[in-house]
Amino acid sequence: MLAMNYRGPQRVRIDQKPLPQILHPEDAIIRVTRSCICGSDLHLYNGNVPDTRVGETFGHEFIGVVEEVGYAIQKLKVGDNVIVPFNIACGRCAFCKQGLYGNCHESNPQATAAGGIFGYSHTTGGYCGGQAEYVRVPYADVGPTVIPEGMDLDDAVLLTDVVPTGYQAAEMGGIQKGDTVVVFGAGPIGIMAAKCAWLFGAGRVIIIDQIEYRLEFARNYAQCEAYNFRSLEDPVVFIKKTTDSLGADVCIDAVGAEAAGNAMQTITGRKLLLQAGSATALHWAINSVKKGGIVSIVGVYGPTDNLVPIGNVVNKGITIRANQASVKRLLPKMIEHVQEGRINPKALITHRIPLEEVADAYRIFSDKLDNCIKTVLIPPSARI
Amino acid sequence: MENTQGFENKRGGDHSHIKGWGIDADPKNDPTYPMKQRTNDEHNGYTWERPPQQTVNVEVLHSIERPNITAVFGSTVPTKGLSGKIRRYAFKHSESSYAHWLPLLLADRVDMVEGLIEDINKGSFPNILAEKGIKAEWKHNKTGLLKRWAIGAVVAYAAFVYVTRRRS
Repeated sequence: MLAMNYRGPQRVRIDQKPLPQILHPEDAIIRVTRSCICGSDLHLYNGNVPDTRVGETFGHEFIGVVEEVGYAIQKLKVGDNVIVPFNIACGRCAFCKQGLYGNCHESNPQATAAGGIFGYSHTTGGYCGGQAEYVRVPYADVGPTVIPEGMDLDDAVLLTDVVPTGYQAAEMGGIQKGDTVVVFGAGPIGIMAAKCAWLFGAGRVIIIDQIEYRLEFARNYAQCEAYNFRSLEDPVVFIKKTTDSLGADVCIDAVGAEAAGNAMQTITGRKLLLQAGSATALHWAINSVKKGGIVSIVGVYGPTDNLVPIGNVVNKGITIRANQASVKRLLPKMIEHVQEGRINPKALITHRIPLEEVADAYRIFSDKLDNCIKTVLIPPSARI
Repeated sequence: MENTQGFENKRGGDHSHIKGWGIDADPKNDPTYPMKQRTNDEHNGYTWERPPQQTVNVEVLHSIERPNITAVFGSTVPTKGLSGKIRRYAFKHSESSYAHWLPLLLADRVDMVEGLIEDINKGSFPNILAEKGIKAEWKHNKTGLLKRWAIGAVVAYAAFVYVTRRRS
């Protein structure tokens, strides 16, 4: 089968790989019909995530058709069209039982700090990802959800990560009616977080980034205020001034390790890898939120350390909430929001690229070329 | 408060144009996730009925912070070569230690060289420019690409001149 093949930092290609096999009674094999490149894939692409091995196939956002199931599978049937959450979850450990499907204790032997994730290095379990024609999906009766009749595949593929992660960012913010919510990062997740903040009754939603075309998109799509931090003297002072010096009620870090905007963070976090990515957005979030406010983190960082103003967290009495999205828990509500027209995920997709051109797709997404917001890879069998 | 220094409070307003505004608002959404469905099952320890164990037929390095290999795991790209030796060393240390993560990053770089050698041994030198997506960059960012190449050429030329002058 065709599959993306990682060869080292910023080097990927398409190769022939063996077809996946059922390795566990609760496995299924899925024929991929859509897969995305996620902003967090760029951490792998840039070689920043430890234990990213040459030969791995990335891709944790994908949907497809069930081709084969293990003998213990009872709910899924061959031929089902399914949304596959990016988290691999057993559904029966103490954490899954609390709805924390992103923190499963039975899916990642390599690290206790992270649950299993498709195509996201051996630090999250060493699973093959969905930027391929076929994928092995463990615990297939737990995660995969049948795509509702009539749902557009382009909407469905964004329910694997982007929509639930953006929604959970707003949810973890504990937004109350009338709150001012500031989202750092106008990538697909940040834009979705801004959109979802309204569903919780935010009174004002502000998004901060440095890329003008994305800010323009966010203004229209998420109906929020959007500001370029390059044109602000200091984004923290700007937020303080626009909230009467008090600070935002909720700040969301939707950037993570690839943040720009602070030379010291960029050099130590992205160039020299002396910290686990650049924590500029988190720094701004902590300093922009009000005393007693909430900082919600969905931006992805590496597993070592980051330089953040933890003293200000203490002095301001900030609550920090963070997690990988619990996709399985959120899917029913996300499907309802899409079907009712409250969220239009596919509007984020700017590029539909054949799987065979995966190297160019990564370059376009990584360098934000051609006004790219979200890239979807389409395997040959799904193009017929 | 008198706004004499450009401070203002613009929150609120009419949100009727936003479809679904406030539909998920819940004043009792506190504590929200990840705490919301707390069960305290962890108090019983690692006692839940585990899923069947996937057969372990490749080397699986597991964190020393857990007693076992999880019931399922990815069997893709098992450890091999020098990079594998470094990874085995890394997994003797906890996730809380630099001695775990830094060797893994080193192993990744060694793995890259091993991958290159593997390609050549198979009789094909990788098309690195294509792997870096040069076609897309040429199409959408020709100026930036040419600028980068020009800077690279200048730096290389300066280095060449410096080295040859030192030798002479």
